[in-house]
Amino acid sequence: MTNVLVCIKRVPETSGQILLSQDGQSIDARHVGYTLSAHDECAVEQAIQIARSTDGEATVLTVGNDDSLEQIRNALAVGCTAAVLVEADTENFGPADVAAAIADAVRSRETDATTYDLILVGNDAADTGDFQVGVRLAYALGRPVLTGIGTVEVQDGTVVARGKGPEGTEVFELSLPAVIAVQEGGVEPRYPSIPGRMKAKRTPVDMVTASVSPVGNGRAALRLPPSQPSVVEVLGEGPAAATAVVDLLYKLGVAT
Amino acid sequence: MILVLVETDAHGATETSQETLTFARELADRRGGLTLHALLVGPLADGITQAALTQLGEQGVSTVRHAQHEQLSSYAAGSWATAVATATESVSADIVMAAGTARGSEIMAHVATRLDATMAANVVAVDDVDPLTVSRQVMGGAVLEVMRVASVPAVLTVAGHAVDPRAAALPTQPHVEVFEPPLTESDVVGRVVRVEATEVDDTAALTGARVVVGAGRGAGSAHGFDDLLELSELLDGTLGVSRVVTSLGWRPHHEQVGQTGSRIAPDVYIACGISGAIQHWAGCQSAKTIIAINTDADAPMVTKAHYAVIGDLHEIVPAINEELRRRGS
Ligand SMILES: Cc1cc2nc3c(=O)[nH]c(=O)nc-3n(C[C@H](O)[C@H](O)[C@H](O)COP(=O)(O)OP(=O)(O)OC[C@H]3O[C@@H](n4cnc5c(N)ncnc54)[C@H](O)[C@@H]3O)c2cc1C
Ligand SMILES: Nc1ncnc2c1ncn2[C@@H]1O[C@H](COP(=O)(O)O)[C@@H](O)[C@H]1O
Repeated sequence: MTNVLVCIKRVPETSGQILLSQDGQSIDARHVGYTLSAHDECAVEQAIQIARSTDGEATVLTVGNDDSLEQIRNALAVGCTAAVLVEADTENFGPADVAAAIADAVRSRETDATTYDLILVGNDAADTGDFQVGVRLAYALGRPVLTGIGTVEVQDGTVVARGKGPEGTEVFELSLPAVIAVQEGGVEPRYPSIPGRMKAKRTPVDMVTASVSPVGNGRAALRLPPSQPSVVEVLGEGPAAATAVVDLLYKLGVAT
Repeated sequence: MILVLVETDAHGATETSQETLTFARELADRRGGLTLHALLVGPLADGITQAALTQLGEQGVSTVRHAQHEQLSSYAAGSWATAVATATESVSADIVMAAGTARGSEIMAHVATRLDATMAANVVAVDDVDPLTVSRQVMGGAVLEVMRVASVPAVLTVAGHAVDPRAAALPTQPHVEVFEPPLTESDVVGRVVRVEATEVDDTAALTGARVVVGAGRGAGSAHGFDDLLELSELLDGTLGVSRVVTSLGWRPHHEQVGQTGSRIAPDVYIACGISGAIQHWAGCQSAKTIIAINTDADAPMVTKAHYAVIGDLHEIVPAINEELRRRGS
């Protein structure tokens, strides 16, 4: 039985037009909405697979405000079996603060006879991309950590993890408990089923508060990178442009 | 003093490490001429060490510290981090940096945690040297964050292609100091126990192709790729896809182009039904010629491309295929 804790972050959707808030301090995501980063989705999928194959639990946790319940429900809908919302105003949180808040929640829950054998996080958040929460969390808990992991298998208290390295697939083995930062590409996240969504609505979410005095994220401002002038030559519209395209392919020497 | 962790490959210092050294040297100059130290970790073939030392000299590195320990023969983030942290502390580095690669980011996260330092990931520019203020990529590169890094040392990773590697005005002959980092058992628990050859090197076809036909959400469904595959065959090329396509399960992940997929540099990239999000662009921007096919004339892929055809790919691609077949036979 492996109890897995998977930490997720509500992030603005990154495809589509990105707008900044008036004060230039945050992303204005009112029109694009929020999601989970692909790494977190894969971490959730891994958590579910490991919990199911070992008759354990997959608990989803996030540090944030009530809005994050949307992402928690989604994780429950695909198969997480318990949920924790660590309530905090994360606006100025840096990765060390998030890690401290998660570590705090883990410690207080573990004293109540729950243990988290494996803690999964995403490799890097789609919005802030700090690449640190997993590592900082592991140090705070005194557990070993791996990052950039595609697939995770648990066998008798040992975790075998694989990730892409410069010379091929790198294999790691750790004994539990451990922290692993998951990178997308190893597993396919599943979609929620209708019964899954119904169940997600009924699953209670444990609300806890974080006792962290944040060191902050150092953010002075956000800005959009300068846009490059367009140099595009439009060859035409619709199938009629095919001749022009093929002429070009010959000119470029890639059609023979 | 600025310390740079240098990664190596078969040719010496990696391209991204050389970029990081250039970035570090320019920052060192702006800080009133801080010295630049480089760190190599683990056993290296003589040829690689020699090549790296020449490159580090070209980058103006004054001292190269080389961490040697029998446990450094297989990679573990913890032991690499001990090497970096030891070197940082022994020379009281003000700033410690690495390239924003998978390993660079991983090692520096350990280093920052151990030294109780602030880490700024994927830095592209230095806005101010005192207090150190940097611009870094967030939102996958679509937005820049101006961030103050107040800790000493400051820990930075430099985003790929943030600068071109440039040689220093005065090349140096770096002085090499070998040291043995004090590795502990906990440093090596996360080591690589073995490397498996990747089944078939799926991505090699994509990264080496002269022509890549790109396909995005515009393909419409898992059944929408026939014409696109035919086009790639007619041009002796290969298919590359966007993340939407792999996450919907329409095509396998090894075909993905972009920040979290392959970086390609074909002669021609024909991007069909792809919006050109910054994370996709990160993987295809090195193509010599980009042709976009898109229903939306304002899609970023279209405005950034060299050539474009506006319209439905399901009408345009078959017409191109037909024209290619006609001329080819
Ligand atoms: C951390 C992170 C990493 C990421 N890594 C990657 C990555 O490696 N690779 C990647 O690709 N993405 C990546 N993304 C996702 C990226 O942000 C975009 O969501 C994705 O690239 C969009 O894919 P798309 O262009 O296929 O889809 P969309 O953005 O939905 O665009 C579809 C396009 O097709 C056009 N279209 C629709 N129908 C037709 C038709 N019939 N004919 C012609 N055109 C049509 C539309 O006008 C539109 O421009 C990443 C995101 C994050 C946050
Ligand atoms: N507020 C948060 N709540 C829970 N998990 C988080 C939070 N922020 C970041 N994480 C986790 O840490 C990972 C890496 O984030 P980062 O280090 O900020 O790039 C994310 O993919 C999440 O899994």
